[in-house]
Amino acid sequence: MEVGQMQRRLVDYTKTLFMEGFLDAQFLQLQQLQDENNPDFVVEVVSLFFDDSEKLLNNLSMALDQPNVDFKKVDAHVHQLKGSSSSIGAQRVKNACIAFRNFCEEQNIDATLRCLQQVKHEYYLVKNKLETLLRLEQQIVAAGGSIPMIDMGF
Amino acid sequence: MNSSIGKAYMSTASSSAGRKAGDAAAAAAAAADQFPAGLRVLVVDDDPTCLMILEKMLRTCLYEVTKCNRAETALSMLRENKNGFDVVISDVHMPDMDGFKLLEHIGLEMDLPVIMMSADDGKHVVMKGVTHGACDYLIKPVRIEALKNIWQHVVRKRKNEWKDFEQSGSVEEGDRQLKQSEDADYSSSANEGNWKSSKRRKDDEDETDERDDTSSLKKPRVVWSVELHQQFVAAVNQLGIDKAVPKKILELMNVPGLTRENVASHLQKYRLYLRRLSGVSQHPGNLNNSFMSPQEATFGPLSSLSGLDLQTLAATGQLPAQSLVTLQSSGLGRPTGKSGIPMPLIDQRNIFSFENPKLRFGEGQQQHVNNNKQMNLLHGIPTTMEPKQLAGLHHGAQSMGNMNMQVASHGSQSSQNNPLLMQMAQPQARGQMLNDSSLGHAPRLLSPMGQPMLSNGIAANVPTRNGIQENIRAPSYNPVPQTSSMLNFPMNHASELPGNSYPLGSTPGISSLTPKVAFREDVNSDIKGSVGFLPSYDIFNDLDHHKPQNWELQNVGMTFDASQHSNSLQGNLNHAQSVLVQQGFSSGQMNGQNRSATVVSKTMFSSGDSTGHVNAQNGNQPLNSLLVDGTVRVKSETPTNLYPDDFGQEDLMSALLKQQDVIAPAEHEFDFDGYSLDNIPV
Repeated sequence: MEVGQMQRRLVDYTKTLFMEGFLDAQFLQLQQLQDENNPDFVVEVVSLFFDDSEKLLNNLSMALDQPNVDFKKVDAHVHQLKGSSSSIGAQRVKNACIAFRNFCEEQNIDATLRCLQQVKHEYYLVKNKLETLLRLEQQIVAAGGSIPMIDMGF
Repeated sequence: MNSSIGKAYMSTASSSAGRKAGDAAAAAAAAADQFPAGLRVLVVDDDPTCLMILEKMLRTCLYEVTKCNRAETALSMLRENKNGFDVVISDVHMPDMDGFKLLEHIGLEMDLPVIMMSADDGKHVVMKGVTHGACDYLIKPVRIEALKNIWQHVVRKRKNEWKDFEQSGSVEEGDRQLKQSEDADYSSSANEGNWKSSKRRKDDEDETDERDDTSSLKKPRVVWSVELHQQFVAAVNQLGIDKAVPKKILELMNVPGLTRENVASHLQKYRLYLRRLSGVSQHPGNLNNSFMSPQEATFGPLSSLSGLDLQTLAATGQLPAQSLVTLQSSGLGRPTGKSGIPMPLIDQRNIFSFENPKLRFGEGQQQHVNNNKQMNLLHGIPTTMEPKQLAGLHHGAQSMGNMNMQVASHGSQSSQNNPLLMQMAQPQARGQMLNDSSLGHAPRLLSPMGQPMLSNGIAANVPTRNGIQENIRAPSYNPVPQTSSMLNFPMNHASELPGNSYPLGSTPGISSLTPKVAFREDVNSDIKGSVGFLPSYDIFNDLDHHKPQNWELQNVGMTFDASQHSNSLQGNLNHAQSVLVQQGFSSGQMNGQNRSATVVSKTMFSSGDSTGHVNAQNGNQPLNSLLVDGTVRVKSETPTNLYPDDFGQEDLMSALLKQQDVIAPAEHEFDFDGYSLDNIPV
């Protein structure tokens, strides 16, 4: 596939992600931070996000698996995940976290377990999407092209 | 943005070259043009993703970024290089230390503008930022546009500093400096290299000389150590808070290198603190927050407090005499010179709390307290507390409550003592550990200690800190001062208690208390983290009066899981450290608080840290040491002079007392479930 084609595919793909709410304007901010001095910035940050999130999700699973759930701790983890997902622009994950926190306040075990599942689901979805997107970018760069800036009109 | 950034970048490059090559003044001028480029930002966030993004954004804004994922690391970085940063951006929720606590520390120790940020946009949290003295609050996700303007906080702060200076009375100087500083402000932040060197130069020289230096970019920053603060407080008390003008204070203090403007700005903060103590009943936590920040600097006194506590403890029989002695020698010995003065302060505080257990808040208790030099525990807790309670410190909860009440009433005074007392008291309440005055219970003490510290809330001091709020509540701390010995304790540490001493103002000793307050926050934070504190808070309420007692217990209880509390105690740590070692104290716990630490505390700190609660608060050291030392007699210096008659404590006390009332409600900032401010009569 030639570079132009790949670029168009990338742009379309990215736009869909935005339309479907997987990503929000914050992700654009990240992309804009990337420059010649930091050509892998987005990849690095996203990888960091993945690692950190997976740790948090594990902690959450463990915390909710206790006989006596410590909701404060759970809330702290969710808060953290909310912060990092919002910084990345992973909108659906962030929204799932917000709902999660509400249930944590109510100390509702069943609801929070469901929320955890929801957050995990959203996380894996966006992880998948981002990996695809970054792969597309890599291919373009490898082919000698440049990554097009998305103009979402935000 | 890109193009403008590029241009700025280029100009920066050229100017930096010029800077190195040429004249400092020219370089400064060049740097000024580039401002805000080159602004030195320290960003603290435990979230690696956010940290990385922020760093990149700040770099894009042409700022010089240093990132940090732990609050304690950030604090030590700031301490090592006091003039190395222009602004700090910190996350609110961090595992090792609460962002607000860090904020207070920075405000007290380094007086840098701090911007808080969080994904949490709740009004309560944002308000907390305001009351704790943050100059801005950013909601995550942070956009680069929001970061572009952070330089305004640096400039604003500098302008305000100059204004303080002017107000202090040295108008001529102020004008001259103001002009210089204004120019310098811009250049200093941008011209890092130049500024640093000039600053370094300044720091070496007399501060007044710096003003004369036209190329000096920035007003030298004075660090109000515990000792210095105690001297300040003593001077203010001597003059009378109403008549204390910077010039006279400066003369009384007789500290070479200190300028009137330094005193003026410090006085302003101190007045705010007092005001908060007396009048801010509506704003829970206002007092604490604002005050606390200055407190940090005065943590030194905390150590002195510990002395008091120890004495109190000893008095009550909780502390074995020998341990007291040990404690005193080891821990309290710190503030050698100050003991005399600090003590009185503490006494007053203690008296405050003790004397008017019923009075609760600021009702003229101050008067009582002030006159009460001989605070012994029993003395301090006149009505509500039964003497034997004091003696026995068994009462844990009850006594604590009483004590706390008293303490609370004392308001300002208590606040100072309270941190110490509170902490001490806490243990009692908590686990009844103290009941047996068994030092052996120390572990328990510690936990309560953490709490008491909070609850004691040194009424005045504590409010600001999250954790500290509790402290304030504990007017009962005052009881501790009662035992003159106790008072001495803080005094000694005058140097250490950065923040705490503030509220007390009256005597250096008291000041030590105040640091405690700040300390408390640390404690609180610790406590919070530990979760285990919750119970103590409940007790806390009851403790008011018991605080002093608890205090003792705490000291005794050095062994208790210091982890939580020790942090706060750490303040005093220098002594404590040694003591701890002797006592086999679980140093692990002590860590957080040792501000005053001198080297000792640092060592303790690390050892103490094991518990994990260590709040890097070195400032709190006095407290820590007290707590840790429990058994050790904190002060040999004791109290007799704790509350000199001439101390103009009355005013302070009343203010403090009033504050107490206010503070109590402020407690809720603690977020402790069990914490019920109810007990504290507001």
